[in-house]
Amino acid sequence: MRRPLGGRLRISTTWLGAAPFLAYTGLFLALPTVLVAVGAFSGPHGPTLANLAQLSQPYVVSAFVNSLVLSAVSSGVGAVVGAVLAYAVATGSPDGIMRRLVTALCGVLSQFGGVTLAFAFIATIGTEGFIVIWLQQHGITFYPNGVWLFSLTGLTLIYVYFQIPLMVIVFMPALDGIRPQWREATETLGGATWHYWRHVAGPLLLPAFLGAWLLLFANAFSAYATAAALLDIGGVIVPLQISRALSSEVGLNQASFAAALALGMVVVVAIITVLYARLQRRSARWLPR
Amino acid sequence: MGALDTRPIGASWGGSRSAAEVRLEDLRRIYGSTTALDGLNITIHAGELVALLGPSGCGKTTALRLVAGLEDADGGQVVIDGRDVTHLPASRRDTGMVFQAYSLFPHMTAQENVGFGLRMRKVGQAERRQRAGEMLELVGLSTQADRYAHQLSGGQQQRVALARALAIRPSVLLLDEPLSALDARVRSQLRDEIRRVQREVGITTLFVTHDQEEALAIADRVGVMRAGRLEQMGPPTAIYSRPATPFVAEFVGLTNRLAGVVNGGAVDVRGVRLPLIATDTPDGPAVALVRPEAVSLAPATESSNGLLSGTVIAVSFLGAVSRLTVDLGDTTVLVQIPTADATAHPGGSRVRIALRQDPVLITRDGSPGKP
Amino acid sequence: MNRHRRRRLAAFKTVVYVVLGLFFLLPIAAMVEFATRGVGLTSPRTLVAFTSIGSDPELVDAITASLELAVITSVGMLALLLPTMIWVRLRLPRMARPVELLCLTPLTIPAIVLVVGFAPIYNWIEINVSDSILTLAFAYLILVLPYCYRALDAGLSAVDIRTLSEAARSLGASWGTVMWRVIVPNMSSAVSNACLLCVAVVLGEFTVANLLNFENLQVAISILGTGNARDSIALAVLSLVFVFFFLLVLSFLGRALSRRRGGRARA
Repeated sequence: MRRPLGGRLRISTTWLGAAPFLAYTGLFLALPTVLVAVGAFSGPHGPTLANLAQLSQPYVVSAFVNSLVLSAVSSGVGAVVGAVLAYAVATGSPDGIMRRLVTALCGVLSQFGGVTLAFAFIATIGTEGFIVIWLQQHGITFYPNGVWLFSLTGLTLIYVYFQIPLMVIVFMPALDGIRPQWREATETLGGATWHYWRHVAGPLLLPAFLGAWLLLFANAFSAYATAAALLDIGGVIVPLQISRALSSEVGLNQASFAAALALGMVVVVAIITVLYARLQRRSARWLPR
Repeated sequence: MGALDTRPIGASWGGSRSAAEVRLEDLRRIYGSTTALDGLNITIHAGELVALLGPSGCGKTTALRLVAGLEDADGGQVVIDGRDVTHLPASRRDTGMVFQAYSLFPHMTAQENVGFGLRMRKVGQAERRQRAGEMLELVGLSTQADRYAHQLSGGQQQRVALARALAIRPSVLLLDEPLSALDARVRSQLRDEIRRVQREVGITTLFVTHDQEEALAIADRVGVMRAGRLEQMGPPTAIYSRPATPFVAEFVGLTNRLAGVVNGGAVDVRGVRLPLIATDTPDGPAVALVRPEAVSLAPATESSNGLLSGTVIAVSFLGAVSRLTVDLGDTTVLVQIPTADATAHPGGSRVRIALRQDPVLITRDGSPGKP
Repeated sequence: MNRHRRRRLAAFKTVVYVVLGLFFLLPIAAMVEFATRGVGLTSPRTLVAFTSIGSDPELVDAITASLELAVITSVGMLALLLPTMIWVRLRLPRMARPVELLCLTPLTIPAIVLVVGFAPIYNWIEINVSDSILTLAFAYLILVLPYCYRALDAGLSAVDIRTLSEAARSLGASWGTVMWRVIVPNMSSAVSNACLLCVAVVLGEFTVANLLNFENLQVAISILGTGNARDSIALAVLSLVFVFFFLLVLSFLGRALSRRRGGRARA
């Protein structure tokens, strides 16, 4: 007769083990998310779609467009250049100093964007930047048509700076999964380098490459710090719109507007994440880790 | 595994094409400070299957890769069918290669894998399918044509790899330890199958392995390698019964090391006079290398020669034969006899050993000891 | 690989490394150059910018706060995440997927979005718990989840914790002993990995601190930058170099620790 009671108790103590973690993430992850979702639909007089309607205003739409273009360009360039760099590293010795150095550097630079990087670029190609002055001393004007560093163009360039290392980190495992036997088999079957890339390595790496590109896209789309440090609080991209709304003094209205913007961002990133997961599954089937 | 197709396909193998001779002339390969190959000379006759056998690091895989063109030689030549291919890249050498593992393209079906080489040669899709289908039938996998590599067992994958290598009808087939990654049972089945296919197609083949049983079973001739050099090359029976060096004698099959004295072209071992393989061996103390199956047992009697009597201390049942370890007092001897005879000599029994008059190899390095 | 291809590959690698090396190192070099400029274009190089950091109380506060946050977050992450992950692996395998999903969510819900939801929560915390900058640790713990989860997961996968824990339990160890004295010592490189990632993320974090009106290291650099470009860049250089060496040590430490323990058991 003891058994049923004892069994039930045992099950609940087992679940107790996961309780702290669930409680914490419930409070600090689920709750904020819910607050965003709820906030997007709340108005001064109860639930409303007014906040979402505000998203269709021209300056909001243009912010979204700018964010998407910025993300597309910086992730595109970062993906291609990063893939090339990753390939250079992957073909070296796995224990070599170059690989470790590059990996560590990529780890830092992909994480540590934001303020530091914005300032680094100001120091390099700002109006009194190192390169600008050096070129001036040789008679070349770096900014013949005006300074573009503090605009979307400059921001895109800076984004590339941390997108490339991120690409290296994300894409490298796929490159490591390419077995040397595939290359050798291609050669003995009569295929040259071009055939190998066209028929074997290319198709095999494509899902991983696209997935990494998507990750870079989401990363650029969600980035805030660099833009905040570089541009005026203006609001030319969505994250800056959110920060403007949050720091505005007009109270609740703006907080809900920020939530609506945030919800819009979540939708975009969620779509990207789902696509990414699909590509990851296909890539994982072919390329062993 | 599927029924094995036994139709001869020689006719569809390009008809009048004759097999190619492969010559490795003075091949040399150096990695940094290590000499992987030190002047290797081997001729593989047309249609022959030569096995390169040796421990890891002996250079056998390096030799194979030099023939394939996957690495460049630092000296010497590779000649295929009279053509010097030493400076040709792998993609132009007309060789087919089967790797140890993982070589199938994971994003292609078995059929697409097999047809890959044909695609490189710009063969049209319909003909590709047909020839790939033929090849898969040849290795008994026509039902698996639409499977991917991860859906096939290790043995099946290697068969597809074999079909893929042969689909392009190369002059030479190269196999780099194709069975090493497989289970024992699959290994022996696939081994026979590779041999069957090779004979049917009549292709000159170089087979690299570290498993001596494999090499002896499958090859027309075996080349035993060590430290970048060829120790002996010959038919399996010669390698086994007439080893040229102690290394070959001990690497291929088991050997007993028995102390003895050479005099007059034969060696005296424990009171028995055994002929020598090399009759011109100089006199003096030596260690004779005696195969376990050359030793027979009889129950001990009081008048037994002390040097040849001992006690059975271990019996290993191996199915048809058994291996008994006999303690002769100053050394132990491995004896291999049919299991039916072994039951008369259980562990602990006193026995008398007899040495068959097979010519033996002697060595003057190292001490006699456990085999 | 044949000689010809090897040579082509070496040339390709050299070009890639040189071009990209320049692209990446130039801004950092520029930062160092900028930070050591004297007043006026012809003045000698000076380290005044670096040394003056110590004398600015606001900066020192910000740096201290960030370092404290880094420590608190690491400890909190280990205390919360590690036992949970071990427990899930051993006793609640059904929770493995949900836990993984939860840990990877912060990648989908970026900081800029989370902070909108954090705002009301932190209003409450400010009133009812504390208005110290160290309360940021609550948020940071969430932000580091994806990185630390992956690091710890890799470490847990490398050790057969089921067998180890069963062996320890059969010898009479309690669950606490199993966790802290049997399992954790066997994944020391993964643990140090996770901690160092924590530190890197926390020291580099700007978004949440900025929008919740706290002044951590990155916010301090940004504020300083609006007035004194040179000094703020000096601070930025220091923090960058610090984290870089941290992560470099991480890669060597991880390797040394796993080697000393004999590496993974070979199947």
